[in-house]
Amino acid sequence: MNLNTSTLTAHELIEKLDGREITLEEVLSGLRERINKIDPQVKAYVRRNEPQAAVNPAAAGPLKGIPVTVKDNICTEGLNTECCSHILEGFRPPYDATVIRKLKSAGATILGLKANMDEFAFGSSTENSYFGPTHNPWRLDCVPGGSSGGSAAAVAADEAVFALGSDTGGSIRQPAAFCGVVGMKPTYGRVSRYGLIAFASSLDQIGPITKDVEDCSLLLGVISGHDPLDSTSVDAPVPDYGKSLDRDIKGLKIAIPKEYFVEGMEAQVKEALEEAVSELKKLGATVKEISLPHTKYAVPVYYIVATAEASSNLARFDGVQYGLRIKSENLIEMYKKTRGEGFGQEAKRRVILGTFALSHGYYEAYYLNALKVRTLIKRDFDGAFKEFDCIVTPTSPSAAFKIGEKVEDPLKMYLSDIYTISANLAGIPAISVPCGFTGDNLPVGLQILARPFDEGTLLKAAFAYEQATVWHKMKPKV
Amino acid sequence: MPITKDTVEYVAHLARIDLQAKELEKLSRQLEEIVIFIDRFKELDLKGVSAASHILPIHNVLREDAPRPGLCAEKALQCAPQKEGNFFAVPKVIE
Repeated sequence: MNLNTSTLTAHELIEKLDGREITLEEVLSGLRERINKIDPQVKAYVRRNEPQAAVNPAAAGPLKGIPVTVKDNICTEGLNTECCSHILEGFRPPYDATVIRKLKSAGATILGLKANMDEFAFGSSTENSYFGPTHNPWRLDCVPGGSSGGSAAAVAADEAVFALGSDTGGSIRQPAAFCGVVGMKPTYGRVSRYGLIAFASSLDQIGPITKDVEDCSLLLGVISGHDPLDSTSVDAPVPDYGKSLDRDIKGLKIAIPKEYFVEGMEAQVKEALEEAVSELKKLGATVKEISLPHTKYAVPVYYIVATAEASSNLARFDGVQYGLRIKSENLIEMYKKTRGEGFGQEAKRRVILGTFALSHGYYEAYYLNALKVRTLIKRDFDGAFKEFDCIVTPTSPSAAFKIGEKVEDPLKMYLSDIYTISANLAGIPAISVPCGFTGDNLPVGLQILARPFDEGTLLKAAFAYEQATVWHKMKPKV
Repeated sequence: MPITKDTVEYVAHLARIDLQAKELEKLSRQLEEIVIFIDRFKELDLKGVSAASHILPIHNVLREDAPRPGLCAEKALQCAPQKEGNFFAVPKVIE
């Protein structure tokens, strides 16, 4: 068999494994070869030089032993999980995250290498990794987006079959858009967060990054569902997502929020979106402009809520239970030195901002008011979904930017998440699918948002659009 | 001036983070810019708006008070930077 298995999707691999056209060994060795060849340039994976075995090539279950790539902030028993931070150096979790347990029981192989990310998922470019940046496979001098940049770049460069990322303000969707792949943030509560090293507990969700929409539905089906170990996971039935892939979106009611077109959107992104919208109309959807009046407050609210929660969640990294410890005779000094040395610049910035927002004298003006504005943002969406099935926007105002371009300007970096943050604040599901390229041959993403727990409609719309276009078939020449 | 260098220094102490002089300088500048940007939500009238402490309508999630397996001491301590017997070891707290 002389087939290049690394370019195939998971559902294609399953079909070929079922038909005995290929063997699991060929799939695993094909992937290993591809990683060895490509990753020295792309750097999607961390700790590449350490021998890390693939875990559980079980081959039983619906996933047939297919390997899945996991972001470095999702706990994998016995495999380093360091959130790409110096402070967690050497951490090997004594247990699996619930999503990993579910994947193993569905027959997936957990790849021994973990995917690069911004430290603690703080960032939009994967430049904040302790291990150094990942490069965009479409243009190596550009960022892959972030924080799940390693997962997205690996999928785009065929160094992964499919991958898990996490999304707190766009960390799955924005890198998926920058790398020309599919990424979904499920509804808050759809997927268990047990074993996801917490950034902002009221916003975080784990989700799939895949080569096409069918793989997204497959992976989502495996990881979704109630988990008693995460009290915010919702006890709601998980539909058969495969049934959503029927290409029929006649009569689907789509809204376009006018506030998303106000400032900073690149002309080529706007063009790609307009073409996507006319494609959706051709497929039978109706499209109307609406207003989400509190859109401009989403980024400010996010950077209070997310950093406040992060400052609390990151209190556990103090040199006592795991990771780095800088020795001192005095306990407080030990904490301060360990955290001063162990956290990178962005982590310090966010923990300090979050502590400020929660501190005496500032709590009401910042944290409490941010939660109130969050209510207003949620109401905007509730209103829109009374009349519409989906909302369509670009995933990001620009295509991938140059490595180094925004590192010294955190505010500019924060604004690259302007279209993705609202979905996390409102708890609703959202997907990014490829919808074109800029003149520089960089991918552009189309974001679709839907009602809470209506991932089915997202997949339906995304699949109909994907199958009517060629974008998901394009491969970077890396 | 929403956030000054003194405030950043004080908050960094609350957050138990040592900052070098240069870092403090740079962070203060960046945080000032960020907080000015965040302040734009002050223009909203928030009277009577409830705070969204949680986005899902779920309350008081309880489970049976029944024993279940947990991590054994050996596993829980396997990543400890310093341990003594079955304990995490830290510098002396009480004089």
